Amino acid sequence: MLRYIARRLLLLIPVILGVALITFTMLYFSPGDPAQMTLGEQAGAEQLEQFRELHGLNDGFFVRFFNYVKNAVLHQDLGLSYRNRQSVFAEVALRFPTTLKLAGLGVLVAVAMGIPIGIISATKQYSLFDSISMIFALVGVSMPNFWQGMLMIIFFSVYLGWFPPSGFTNFNQMVLPSLTIGTSTAAIITRMTRSSMLEVIRQDYIRTARAKGQKESKVITKHALGNAMIPIVTVIGLQFGYLLGGAVLTESIFAIPGVGRLMVDAIKMKDFPIVQGGVLFIAVTFSLVNLIVDILYAFLDPRVRSQYR
Amino acid sequence: MSRKPLLDIKNLNVHYITHEGTTKAINDLNLALYPGETLGLVGETGAGKTTTALSMMQLVPDPPGKIISGEILYHDQDLTKLSEHELRKIRGNQISMIFQDPMTSLNPIMTVGDQIREGILLHQKVDMATATKRASDMLEVVGIPMERYNEYPHQFSGGMKQRVVIAIALSCNPEILIADEPTTALDVTIQAQVLQLMENLKKDFNTSMLMITHDLGVVANVCDHVAIMYAGTVIEHAEKHMLYRTPKHPYTQGLFGSIPNVEENVDRLKPIMGLMPDPTNLPTGCTFHPRCPHAMDICQVEFPRITRLNDEHWVRCHLYSADEEVSHE
Repeated sequence: MLRYIARRLLLLIPVILGVALITFTMLYFSPGDPAQMTLGEQAGAEQLEQFRELHGLNDGFFVRFFNYVKNAVLHQDLGLSYRNRQSVFAEVALRFPTTLKLAGLGVLVAVAMGIPIGIISATKQYSLFDSISMIFALVGVSMPNFWQGMLMIIFFSVYLGWFPPSGFTNFNQMVLPSLTIGTSTAAIITRMTRSSMLEVIRQDYIRTARAKGQKESKVITKHALGNAMIPIVTVIGLQFGYLLGGAVLTESIFAIPGVGRLMVDAIKMKDFPIVQGGVLFIAVTFSLVNLIVDILYAFLDPRVRSQYR
Repeated sequence: MSRKPLLDIKNLNVHYITHEGTTKAINDLNLALYPGETLGLVGETGAGKTTTALSMMQLVPDPPGKIISGEILYHDQDLTKLSEHELRKIRGNQISMIFQDPMTSLNPIMTVGDQIREGILLHQKVDMATATKRASDMLEVVGIPMERYNEYPHQFSGGMKQRVVIAIALSCNPEILIADEPTTALDVTIQAQVLQLMENLKKDFNTSMLMITHDLGVVANVCDHVAIMYAGTVIEHAEKHMLYRTPKHPYTQGLFGSIPNVEENVDRLKPIMGLMPDPTNLPTGCTFHPRCPHAMDICQVEFPRITRLNDEHWVRCHLYSADEEVSHE
């Protein structure tokens, strides 16, 4: 198992290099001059040249990429922001916990809603509860995130005044963003849980458990859920990665100072080092979450566990 | 009738009700299992053998399955009328079941030992350590070293899994063991081992057994009584030797006739002509009449009643109802 984890961590290196190369290339070829964008229309030629020299913009593509990787590996230095000449690493690291918290809370909301509803729907298939929750799940996946966020602000902040419409420091402020970001994931997890449970409770070993005289509630929680969890955990992991990247809209609507908003602002300003840094942070986190999911498989399923030995 | 059956099924009807129509899986089925005996339940695929077994456990999947009418008497109580709570005390404790396919009958994410222990913990008032000890002993009883207690089903072969399933079923020393084609999914060599094991355990534990099979060889080896099933009903119920010597029902005669004889040189097998009827659309009268070589006019109209030939032998066939006294059900 430890060898497996070590191997997976080593595999992260090419993945991250790949992500870096792709973002770097896309930003390199994107139109517009960062120097001009940052310094403004009235900047003189000398100023522009100075800026380009400072950020190494005059070098060729490969030299720039090589320097970027070299600095990142040797000095944990992801360059300086064009705009305020702050360390990109520090800028992103400062906001990253907020985004992580937002995505984490979103997943938590989704799991807390999706798994129980999915289980009840599966055990009472075609019941009223099942139909209603499936309709809500359909609405949940179909509703665009930003639109839902705005509706929630209008309803809960403006009309009812229960929760503040912006910020992300205290619990009250976290409620609406977490619900907003978690809804579609909750819907996906509900559907996944339902279908996975439906498949498992038709298995022979569930009948065996019943034939032992086990209580139906125990049959579901002890025998069915464990087996149904494997595809559910996969979806939770993927959704977490999706939420990290997708936090951008939610952060913008609720004015949350996270990586998503930082990146959107940076894209507008052609502040490439910030964009690059943000993408790297998210990519690394996503990869780590995937690794955790794979380790969870082994924890959940002895058949997988024996393969890792 | 001198002895009292341990389990007595009377005129049981089970239907599977779906949007597409009603499948009449069990129709007026009568069956009696006597203490300490092995009853073979024989029939083609789809004859309703498994549904009969599940009815005894009250585990017919509902929906779509419904027990429409009939009684399943066990110790003077009707299993069809018991509450879920009362049934749970019987399942796995007094009546256990071995399922057909050992490959899928065990939970893949629980150790085999824990799966055996689960039943013991449920039905016997013992602490965890004692239950673990008993589960380990059960493994030894079925011929698996107890060191393998903490292994998972995927680490076992098919025959070993079936042994584990048997250990689960016998862990609480049940009065009745229902074995639903316990050897169908196994290799022939393993089949013999498993059958021998069940036979020995049945004697050691003094268990009555319902052996569901479509293998007349298995029946000849292990059973005391035999019930022949066709289209959801038992058409002949007899002591084994009587049945093998003097099969009465045309279907039973056809079954024995269809076994090829090694000593005779035959060019063709002798199957029973025709197919099992569609259970959503059963023939009127006797369900076997379209295939029956002796079919009479009455067979198309009237479902035959039980004709008792003697204490150990009855048959549902109009051929015999004329000259024997008709029993009152």
